[in-house]
Amino acid sequence: MSDDHVYLTLAEGHEDDTRWAYGTGFEDPLHGVDTTVPEGIDTGRLAADCVALADDALVSAQRLAEWITRAPELEEEVALANIGLDLLGQARLLYSRAGQADGTGRDEDAYAYFRDAGDFRNVRLAELPNGDFAFSIVRLLVLSSCRVAHFHRLTSHTDPVLAAIAAKGVKELTYHRQYAAEWAVRLGDGTEESHRRMRRAMDQVAPYLGELFTTYDVRDEVVADLRQVTEAAGLPMPVYRPLPGAGRDGEHTEHLAPLLAELQGVARAHPEATW
Amino acid sequence: MVTTLPDARHARHIAEQVPDPELPMLTLADLGVLRDVEVTEDGTVVASLTPTYSGCPAMAEMRADVAARLRDAGYQRVEIRTVLNPPWTSDWITPAGRRKLAQYGIAPPGPAPRGGPVPLVLSPTRHMVSCPRCGSTDTEETSRFAATSCKALRRCRACREPFEHVKEI
Repeated sequence: MSDDHVYLTLAEGHEDDTRWAYGTGFEDPLHGVDTTVPEGIDTGRLAADCVALADDALVSAQRLAEWITRAPELEEEVALANIGLDLLGQARLLYSRAGQADGTGRDEDAYAYFRDAGDFRNVRLAELPNGDFAFSIVRLLVLSSCRVAHFHRLTSHTDPVLAAIAAKGVKELTYHRQYAAEWAVRLGDGTEESHRRMRRAMDQVAPYLGELFTTYDVRDEVVADLRQVTEAAGLPMPVYRPLPGAGRDGEHTEHLAPLLAELQGVARAHPEATW
Repeated sequence: MVTTLPDARHARHIAEQVPDPELPMLTLADLGVLRDVEVTEDGTVVASLTPTYSGCPAMAEMRADVAARLRDAGYQRVEIRTVLNPPWTSDWITPAGRRKLAQYGIAPPGPAPRGGPVPLVLSPTRHMVSCPRCGSTDTEETSRFAATSCKALRRCRACREPFEHVKEI
């Protein structure tokens, strides 16, 4: 194992391993963690909170992955894929925790692959189609600003596992928010066309802010981040009005079901398969 | 029959030598991912690992590698624990690990931001990152994300070489 080439080292270490593509049947990401749920915790609530946060992350990760082969530059493709990977990792940990908390012992695959759109609890902003790069950047800015603020609160949660997942997530989300904010300024303060696209993206995201703020108690933090970005970018602050319905109640746009069909298709066609 | 408990120091030494699957010039000890190795009363060697990033796809590989190395060294009862708290920070990369990174052309991380929420700062931050090839500090970030979650891409303005930089986290 002295080879300094990653691929060769992996190949050498796993020459008997026939599994080179991975889709289902991962080892539990909480394997080897003390997963006792402390007494006095409302386990139903803990499970529901974990599922909702995992759904936000999984659906966002799927949208970010759609940028692969489509992003404006290779660097941005790598960045969006990396951000998606962080979110996928958060989703896996949170689904595993949910299955322990609600006593069903469901694993991450059960949550990700075998629930229908009406059972998903993500905010609707996460499921909207990617649109152009400007829309994806504004959405990423808003969602990561919201999530970093919410996760920071969760670091003092009475469940030590959720608190630990959040503490790790805060560090990752800080990078995501920074990435989106810098692009938002660059595009907003860029060419006439990029500025126009950013204004449009802000208008498209605005209707979903109300849902975000009723779902998560993070209005002040998100507004502060948005104010800083819009001022630096020369963009107007988004004006939002309440939009009926909430993803948290299982009410989704028509865009979630096709996203899940792609995400879940293989796992449902071959429910016992691991790959 | 005389039974002796496994030697915790030797077991630790074995576990410390396991290379990281994605940065194989570093051991898991260099990276700060191996948090503890202890021997329980019933003779089980318990190695504790912490993931670098939530989505780190190498975590399962690391667990398997550490368990396999310990078994190869003769320890029959091996248990791998995952420690999530406190979360991994790039500050845990050892001085030896930093030297090895630089030797392989990867700039080691500077000090990680201290705990608590990091506010959004839009003014350009002055990261002093030296080029691992020529040593110049005249370098710029080309992408905050690279081939693995833990690295960013940079370019040296002096020698024109692109290089990777382990991010501060």
